[in-house]
Amino acid sequence: MAVVDYNAPQSVQEAVALLSGSDIKTKVMAGGTDLIIQSKSQAVEPLRVVDLKHIAEMMSYSLDDGGLSLGPCMCCAEFTALHDVETLYPGLVEAAYLIGSTQVQGRASIGGNLCNSSPAADTIPALIAIGAKCRIVGAGGERTVAVEDFVTGVGRNCMQSGELLQRILVARPAPGSRDAYLRFIPRTEMDIAVAGAGISVTLDSQGVCTAARVAIGAVAQTALLVASAADALIGTQLDDASVAKAAAAASAAASPITDRRGTIEFRRHIVGVLVKRATLIAKERAQASL
Amino acid sequence: MAKLHITTSINGEATEFLCEPHETLLDVLRNDLQMTGTKEGCGSGDCGACSVTVDGRLTCACLVLGVEAAGREIGTIEGIGGSDKLSVIQEKFLEHAALQCGICTPGLVVSTQALLEQNPNPTEAEARYFLAGNLCRCTGYDKIIRAVLDAAATMRGAA
Repeated sequence: MAVVDYNAPQSVQEAVALLSGSDIKTKVMAGGTDLIIQSKSQAVEPLRVVDLKHIAEMMSYSLDDGGLSLGPCMCCAEFTALHDVETLYPGLVEAAYLIGSTQVQGRASIGGNLCNSSPAADTIPALIAIGAKCRIVGAGGERTVAVEDFVTGVGRNCMQSGELLQRILVARPAPGSRDAYLRFIPRTEMDIAVAGAGISVTLDSQGVCTAARVAIGAVAQTALLVASAADALIGTQLDDASVAKAAAAASAAASPITDRRGTIEFRRHIVGVLVKRATLIAKERAQASL
Repeated sequence: MAKLHITTSINGEATEFLCEPHETLLDVLRNDLQMTGTKEGCGSGDCGACSVTVDGRLTCACLVLGVEAAGREIGTIEGIGGSDKLSVIQEKFLEHAALQCGICTPGLVVSTQALLEQNPNPTEAEARYFLAGNLCRCTGYDKIIRAVLDAAATMRGAA
């Protein structure tokens, strides 16, 4: 793809109109950290770009009693500096902080990470863990899709041609409810997840887990919401035995591949370890929020 | 293909250029504006040699389309120090011999300036994490980090 036409609409309506107005392959651009690289690698096919960063609502966020409403194009560097968001959704901020370098975070966005739909995307399991939803808009109107249903395959998602991701919505966590995200990479920074785990747990005043969501990444074609792992946590004090059961359930749910980053056996094992550790971090945070 | 006329500001100076939609900001800086201080390493956002700021935010010029510079404030290595006076960061890189082949140095200086504007007193770990996207192919990281921390201390003393 070679960019032959660049458009910077000022409104969502204008952007939607641009998406269906051409015979040339048209792609939405947020930070461009994936799209610009992709456009250079297959430079034959002409590409029309619709840059969403001039649309104020795509770059902004709000946080109130209803929860977080995030403009999908806000760059990760700006997002990870939002202290009010970090207090309520520390796991999502953790995931956004893991995407690439400082430089990449200056451009890359959570919406872009989601729409690029890589199996190893860090923010996708983190979003699934907190029950995030995608508001999608197109010429036919709006629809809302849970993040776990948004991604449909490697680099594929449920958006139709002419649609764009308008908003990422997350309910406000109650006191006693918090999240965490961990990933494994063979170094400390600047790599792509070999496996990842996003967890949210809700504790009551007795320390009993009343709700949980366990999501794993980079161990299947898409990030997975693992209900059996959550079931192992619910109703327990998140003691070692229950957390070990959840870890085993996550390992069993994984269907990873062997590549240069890790083998099937290693990924299966490590995703369980990550679920265990992330659960304990989320538990500690949940206790502190009560 | 028709070239686009872009009006921007680079290092505080109003600048105009013509570019094609596929050209990156890095292409524009180096090939059209002859501002070759910004280096091309990987061209894919991995090495940080082309670090610049866009509206004050650090990024890689290879990850920005040239057309996106319209109306923005771009900061490059040419805006740091001057032909007759080096910035403290540049002086400290020299003093600590924090460069070997030099290709990563402009990017590192730009990134270090962004780091110290955001965090004037970084720990070694904070500096290493912030600068993790600036690769040194000569692997001279130890001297680089020493230079960064010394520059930070000097700038705090001077402030």
